[in-house]
Amino acid sequence: MSDSLETAAAAAPVPAASPVQSGTGQSGTVVRSTVIRRLFRNPLGIAAIAILTVIAVLAILAPVLAPFDQNYANIAKTLAAPDSVNILGTDSAGRDVWSRLLFGAQLTLLSALLCAGVAIAIGLPAGLIAGYYAGKFEAASNWVVGILMSLPGLIVLLTIRAAFGPSVWMSMIAFGVLISPSYFRLTRTAVQSVRNELYVDAARVSGLSDLSIIARHIFSVVRAPIIIQTAAIAGVAIAIQSGLEFLGLGDPTKATWGVMLSEGFKNVYLNPTLLFWPALAMALTIGGLVLLGNALRDALEDGEKINHRKKKAAPEGTTAAPAAVRTSRKPVATVVAGTEHHLVKVTNLGVGYPQADGSIKKVVDDVSFHVDRGEILGIVGESGSGKSQTAFSILGLLPDNARIVGGSIQFDGNYTVAPGDERVSQERLSKLRGKRISYIPQEPMSNLDPAFTIGYQLVTPMVRVLGISKAEARKRALKLLTDVGIANPDRTFNAYPHEVSGGMAQRVLIAGAISCEPDLVIADEPTTALDVTVQADVLDLLRELQQRLNIGVILVTHNFGVVADLCDRVAVMQNGRLVEEGSVRDILRNPQEPYTQTLLASMLEGKEPMSTLVSTLQKEPVA
Amino acid sequence: MIRFIAKRLGSGLVVLGVVSALTFFLLYISSGSIARNILGDQATAEQVAMKEHELGLDQPLVARYLAWVTDALSGNLGASWFSSEPVANSLASRIPVTMTMVFAAMILIAICAALIGVLAAVKRGWVDRVVQVGAIIGDSVPGFVIGVILVTLLAIQLGLFPATSTISPDSGPDAWVYSMALPVIALLINGVTGGAQQIRSAVIKQLERDYVRTLRSRGISEREILFKHVLRSAAPAGLTVLSLQLIGMLGGVVIIEQIFALPGMGPLAVAATGQSDLPVVMGVVMYTVVVVIVVNLLVDILNGWLNPKVRAS
Repeated sequence: MSDSLETAAAAAPVPAASPVQSGTGQSGTVVRSTVIRRLFRNPLGIAAIAILTVIAVLAILAPVLAPFDQNYANIAKTLAAPDSVNILGTDSAGRDVWSRLLFGAQLTLLSALLCAGVAIAIGLPAGLIAGYYAGKFEAASNWVVGILMSLPGLIVLLTIRAAFGPSVWMSMIAFGVLISPSYFRLTRTAVQSVRNELYVDAARVSGLSDLSIIARHIFSVVRAPIIIQTAAIAGVAIAIQSGLEFLGLGDPTKATWGVMLSEGFKNVYLNPTLLFWPALAMALTIGGLVLLGNALRDALEDGEKINHRKKKAAPEGTTAAPAAVRTSRKPVATVVAGTEHHLVKVTNLGVGYPQADGSIKKVVDDVSFHVDRGEILGIVGESGSGKSQTAFSILGLLPDNARIVGGSIQFDGNYTVAPGDERVSQERLSKLRGKRISYIPQEPMSNLDPAFTIGYQLVTPMVRVLGISKAEARKRALKLLTDVGIANPDRTFNAYPHEVSGGMAQRVLIAGAISCEPDLVIADEPTTALDVTVQADVLDLLRELQQRLNIGVILVTHNFGVVADLCDRVAVMQNGRLVEEGSVRDILRNPQEPYTQTLLASMLEGKEPMSTLVSTLQKEPVA
Repeated sequence: MIRFIAKRLGSGLVVLGVVSALTFFLLYISSGSIARNILGDQATAEQVAMKEHELGLDQPLVARYLAWVTDALSGNLGASWFSSEPVANSLASRIPVTMTMVFAAMILIAICAALIGVLAAVKRGWVDRVVQVGAIIGDSVPGFVIGVILVTLLAIQLGLFPATSTISPDSGPDAWVYSMALPVIALLINGVTGGAQQIRSAVIKQLERDYVRTLRSRGISEREILFKHVLRSAAPAGLTVLSLQLIGMLGGVVIIEQIFALPGMGPLAVAATGQSDLPVVMGVVMYTVVVVIVVNLLVDILNGWLNPKVRAS
């Protein structure tokens, strides 16, 4: 029911999460003006603003526009049909419906404003304090919030009415208090995530007082979500206020939409149109507020996406941690050019995403390479270069809205993306995934389902893919855990993901990737999320397994150190294109493309460009 | 698990205590004119003083609250000031009507919202758009307005259902279903539209999680990923949505019962509020808080069962 807190309360976390990532304080005004421009480009947003503006103007001008006083009753003319004097007719007491609607609008909007005002006045400061200083205040307010949130609004308002008599203002103040947790939670969440951002630290170090930090940096973050929240809460307040009036518990001297609805309902057999007008007024006003909130949220999220993409495009390879470079390595396997049959062959692959304006934004463009059994191909590039997208096309795990815009992919001689295909064939790939192609993800913790034990997550794929019994799979899982260097496999087997460390989780994921004896393993930045010491161990493990099982590996990374350490061949990508491909030895020694040279130089920041491979490799490993 | 439940139960009892105290003081703080209201304008000052003494209004507020708690613990919630009927009796006769309606609506909401929400999240396309538009419409029209519209169209204009639903004890189950259908539908429409939308978001959020991609890469079927992993992870969010809806419905049902003239908690609460019949209002609030606490406890237990991390903390 609309009188509950649930709509507004549940709406709170959604906008709360959005401003957080884009929360760059100094661009606050820029963000807002583009949000407003985007809002006005959305037809629903314009409709909502138009409806609300009309209603607000009618409400403000009610004393001028209304031909009669709200309580003026012409007893000689009850339940009359519309005519030139009473343009919407009269009610059972002979009062003018149009005049009462106008005065009702006034009261309705004022009471919604009062409710939202009270809720902001309580929720916003409390949320700021709880988020910024945390501690006991936060614990206490969370407790109060828990209680307020668990009370049905209408029951509380009935209590207030019983205690203080019929007053629109009293009930709206009470409802404002009751609904203030939604502002509290929204503000607290936003502040908590901004509190530890670098620029807030910088402001603190530069001697700004807490108050001015809050005013300048944190306010700009919570402003837009608060507007969205206010639209939702105003709608809920109007609904509950009208509900109270409908029950006959409001102030009898005031014309309100709720009272009019109840009046119409009593006379439903005589004149059902009396119901129509107040119901329409309510639906339009609340609907306008709901649409406004939605349009604002969309505008904000669009801006967010653009920000996010911009951020992603920024080069990150320049600050990458130096990799663990090994002192010993096997000689690079020579690759025979023009071999017809490869384990994976990617030919002129293009991947794109349809945009709102109908165009397709290419993230991978004309990329060709191949991988054979027993070799490791590194795909290197900065964030946003399309290397992960390429890897996911081979796995067939691109997001739903991605399109193959050109080229083909063959696995072991069979097309998984045939020339002309728009999407990866899930039918063909689902037979390969897990069994012949497997995947090692980047972030170990988020890639295990927290609700299942590690053992379950290792056993199930083996049972499904290999068709072996659970007991057999369990035996193999324990063996695999030992193989990947876990000291106490039984304990890890029975543990939930949150009970193990990141390094151990990554070993578990590697164990999972090789559990069904695949031919190809695609590793997407497998060491980026790990500590430097653990990185070296995981790379050792990967190499050891790859050699023992003679599998092909595609290693996606931004780190040339990892490439030098592990790969046989390397493909360098930039802005979705392949800029250079060849044996690791050649490319490290003699990079042809300026981009590759830049990447190499940035890896060895401040050092002389290497002249020979040997000289680099003789340096001590960082780990 | 038992410790976890005991802890939640304990905090529920604390909430019950706090809310009862707050409500009591809020209701009785302005009790000066209560006796006068009950007796009417003609009553003499002595009569008013006598009535105040009879109702215990001349006692200090804290003493009265403690007396109320003592009585309440033995099941005595006082008596109505107007009808003198014991509050516990009025509640006992009306709670079944309201609760059957609320739970019938809730079960239907849970089934419909979960089905539609999951379908919209998985299939996207037109189902998804219908859910989005439905949610906006559901948010825009208050539940009691939907109730009024339903009665007017289906019962009064088309005569498909009875406009008022009075159930006599000897009528059969089909008559019961027939007369309760409209109020339950009025009660559940907003719940279904809002619930489907929120369950959709919860499922989509889970579908986009990294581990889902990894499960796919391991050769697990889409079906198994959805039913075993995604729905399980989305369930806590879904449960929270549904529990908030149930709490909201405790308020919404008051108006629906009034519209359909049902002999549930609604008319009792409205009449008591209008007359400032404070013992009855107090009883209504207590019943509501107890239902809320029980629902929240059940949700906590289910979540603890679903999520090993919650259980551990």
